[in-house]
Amino acid sequence: MSIIENSALGKSTSRRGFERHLKVENVSRRAILQTLGLAGGFVLAAPLLSRQAFAAYETGAGKMPHGTVVDPKVFVSIAPDGIVSILAHRSEMGTGVRTSLPLIVAEEMEADWSRVRVVQAPGDEVKFGNQDTDGSRSTRHYLLPMRQIGALARAMLEAAAAKRWGVPASEVKAVNHEVVHSASGRRAGFGELAADAASQPAPAIETVQLKSPKDFRYLGKGQVSIVDLHDITVGKARYGADVRLPGMKYAVIARPPVTGGKLKSFDPADALKVPGVEQVIEVKGWPWPSKFQPLGGVAVIARNTGAAIKGRDALKIEWDDGANAAYDSVAYRAELEAAARQPGLVVRQEGDADAALKSADKVITGEYYLPHFAHASMEPPVAVADVKSDKAEIWAPVQSPGGTREDVAKTLQIPPENVTVNVTLLGGGFGRKSKCDFALEAALLSKTLGAPVKVQWTRDDDLHHDFLHTVSVERIEAGLDKSGKVVAWRHRSVAPTILSTFAAGADHAAPFELGMGLVDMPFEIANIQCENPAAKAMTRIGWFRSVSNIPRAFAVQSMVGEIANATGRDQKDMLIELIGSPRIVKLGSVKDLWNYGEPYESYPIDTGRLRRVVEFVAEKGNWSRKVAKGRGLGIAAHRSFVSYIATIVEVEVDDKGKLTVHQVDTAIDCGVFVNPERIASQLEGAAIMGLSLAKYGEISFKNGRVQQRNFDDFQVVRIDEAPLITNVHIVPADADTPPSGVGEPGVPPFAPALANAIFAATGKRLRALPIGNQLAI
Amino acid sequence: MIKVKINGQEQSWDGDPSLLLLWYLRDELGLTGSKYGCGQALCGACTVMVDKEAARACITAVSDVAGREVTTIEGLHPTGDHPVQKAWRQVNVPQCGFCQAGQIMQAAALLDQNPKPSHDQIRDAMSGNICRCGCYQRIENAVHLASTGV
Ligand code: FES
Ligand code: FES
Repeated sequence: MSIIENSALGKSTSRRGFERHLKVENVSRRAILQTLGLAGGFVLAAPLLSRQAFAAYETGAGKMPHGTVVDPKVFVSIAPDGIVSILAHRSEMGTGVRTSLPLIVAEEMEADWSRVRVVQAPGDEVKFGNQDTDGSRSTRHYLLPMRQIGALARAMLEAAAAKRWGVPASEVKAVNHEVVHSASGRRAGFGELAADAASQPAPAIETVQLKSPKDFRYLGKGQVSIVDLHDITVGKARYGADVRLPGMKYAVIARPPVTGGKLKSFDPADALKVPGVEQVIEVKGWPWPSKFQPLGGVAVIARNTGAAIKGRDALKIEWDDGANAAYDSVAYRAELEAAARQPGLVVRQEGDADAALKSADKVITGEYYLPHFAHASMEPPVAVADVKSDKAEIWAPVQSPGGTREDVAKTLQIPPENVTVNVTLLGGGFGRKSKCDFALEAALLSKTLGAPVKVQWTRDDDLHHDFLHTVSVERIEAGLDKSGKVVAWRHRSVAPTILSTFAAGADHAAPFELGMGLVDMPFEIANIQCENPAAKAMTRIGWFRSVSNIPRAFAVQSMVGEIANATGRDQKDMLIELIGSPRIVKLGSVKDLWNYGEPYESYPIDTGRLRRVVEFVAEKGNWSRKVAKGRGLGIAAHRSFVSYIATIVEVEVDDKGKLTVHQVDTAIDCGVFVNPERIASQLEGAAIMGLSLAKYGEISFKNGRVQQRNFDDFQVVRIDEAPLITNVHIVPADADTPPSGVGEPGVPPFAPALANAIFAATGKRLRALPIGNQLAI
Repeated sequence: MIKVKINGQEQSWDGDPSLLLLWYLRDELGLTGSKYGCGQALCGACTVMVDKEAARACITAVSDVAGREVTTIEGLHPTGDHPVQKAWRQVNVPQCGFCQAGQIMQAAALLDQNPKPSHDQIRDAMSGNICRCGCYQRIENAVHLASTGV
């Protein structure tokens, strides 16, 4: 399994690293104590354990850079007063992972959550295992390892107590933060036992029992709030932008307005006159494409951010725009459409779709356009760096602390061991903060200035220099026989690839992009062909929450609605018919089926589960209800990040074309789950993000420049246009169904369900996003 | 020299009087609870109260608040137990949390003026505050809860 096995880019399953080099080093106990800020505390000792020991199911975790580390001595420490510290090694950007993963450890070790402290791990994948918080992978990859870590810690505490009391370990039991010997009534708290526990020989992982799910106090219950909740409500939660160091300078940077452009000349005189501005200096840039290296430009250094922004406004700069100055979204769309109307690289083939389309009784064609989307996380990119000779310390809201460490090291040409990446809370991420260009800028500036520096991106910086969601044309032709059965399906998907951010000239989708809703399309149709015509990138393309699933689900699920309409069928019945019989989909013709990096045996495409989630949402969301005139219901279902999701949307379109979303029902089957309360919040949020991108989402280019600059011309949904009700329904899962993604899968089905609902309400089929004023009468 | 009371404390500023309040709070005073999200009064992340009314600190100059009283999220309630803050926790509103200081200040200002806002009044008053994570349903529920007693 690999995303780009046969390319020159190297191998990785990660959203970032295409070159990963990190020396394995031994971890000293002192270093752990420092990390946990617990001098005098005690750290449980256990050997490094095999990466997939007693796995009930295989995941792709071991194939991520640096795999997983199942080691209680790394993740758990117990202070003499009984406070248990558990490391969170993934980044918190709103999914709740900083709570959920430590909670799993606490559950298994029988720790009392009110006596647990969560400590954020710095970027160090040798020590902690993979830290890329992306791909909706955290629970999927870490549920089992975190349970194992907790179970090992529990076993060691039990062994320590048994030894102290001279009784067999089988007679003692950890219960709620203490170990109990019920025969004698003796008990000892975790704090009392920590030192002895650490001196016990570590049990073999195979001998350690995981708790039975029926004994869970926290997992699956949803009664634990996120650990940062109080701090957030009182303004104490610390995000990247909130880091302050003594002597820190504030910087904003003017960057080339066109991707691949360069600085020609600049005049700092007026900027230097602004009160509070201290210096104006050039920032090194890398030629495009350069992965996540800075774009370069001119930095204004000031005593506060306000002065730096004013100084930048006063700069006079001349840029050399380069070839991408020709980037024009209107012209580019026409190019994509032309490409989608010609045969392209065949990436999946079953039967003979060409012949079947020719002989079909009826062919329905849908050509769908989805523009670039911007991440626009509420906290724009920001980072603080303090570089002193050959050492660098970074504080930043990064989704990829390990990758950031490596990239800072490479950029400053120092060893990764000399780089400390402190992960703050992220004010939203959505994939943008997997790319650490902003941290590299701060590192370069701090090195030049010899002082700590904060680089703050303004909102227009964020919109102008994003790694945008691709722009795509999806063209589907469905051939129907006389009875109305779909017998042929040809889907051409054409869009600039994320690979273009890593290698000049990359113009075909990578397996990980093809595998997001194109080649893994699950319908039971005799003749299927998927094609990927070439598309040249003209700006930085990157991962945006749900990635290529957004355009693919929009096209495929809108097409289901189109076929239902053409054949006079109910949308949901049509969807179930196309999904076909409950089965494991075989995709023999697909080379490099990505499957989200997961082994197909654990995470196959199971149409039984997809059908079930459709039936589940139809029942819970009352699909069969009658709605008033001017209103309509739409449905869509999609498998992504190895989860199954279906969404029903009820809309109203008034006689002026004003759109109101009355109700959203989303059902998810994500296997066994940790925190249903956070699953609900993620899916509520996904509906808002889906509505935002459907209504307004577009980032467009003219003369190579992004045309939007802030939340006036780049709009997002506000509370007064949010769905009036959003219901989330979680399909109950057996404890042995492997966990799957939650953060991203909610987004893709929303826009097509909305489009299908708008069609039901108005008879108008939307084939291009954003909706903009398409509904205006 | 500009004098302004912030969270009950007298402050004086002898730098650029046109410095925007947001940066004065965050960078000069270290009150980082108020956030930057847009800089143009479009998102509400920087919302504070000036003499009890919600204001966007990102477009307000320090000189505009001379002699007035500014309250930030840090000063909303001494123990963080303003009814809005309590309601926010009860409803588990935040995802990433970055917009929430602004949301809470806006909601507190709303309830100050209108202790029992209707559904539409809540949606109207809160519509200047963007939450990119999409916590709106819970924001609305939490404002409602705060207005009915937590
Ligand atoms: S930062 Fe002030 S309204 Fe957005
Ligand atoms: S909670 Fe993330 S922006 Fe509102």
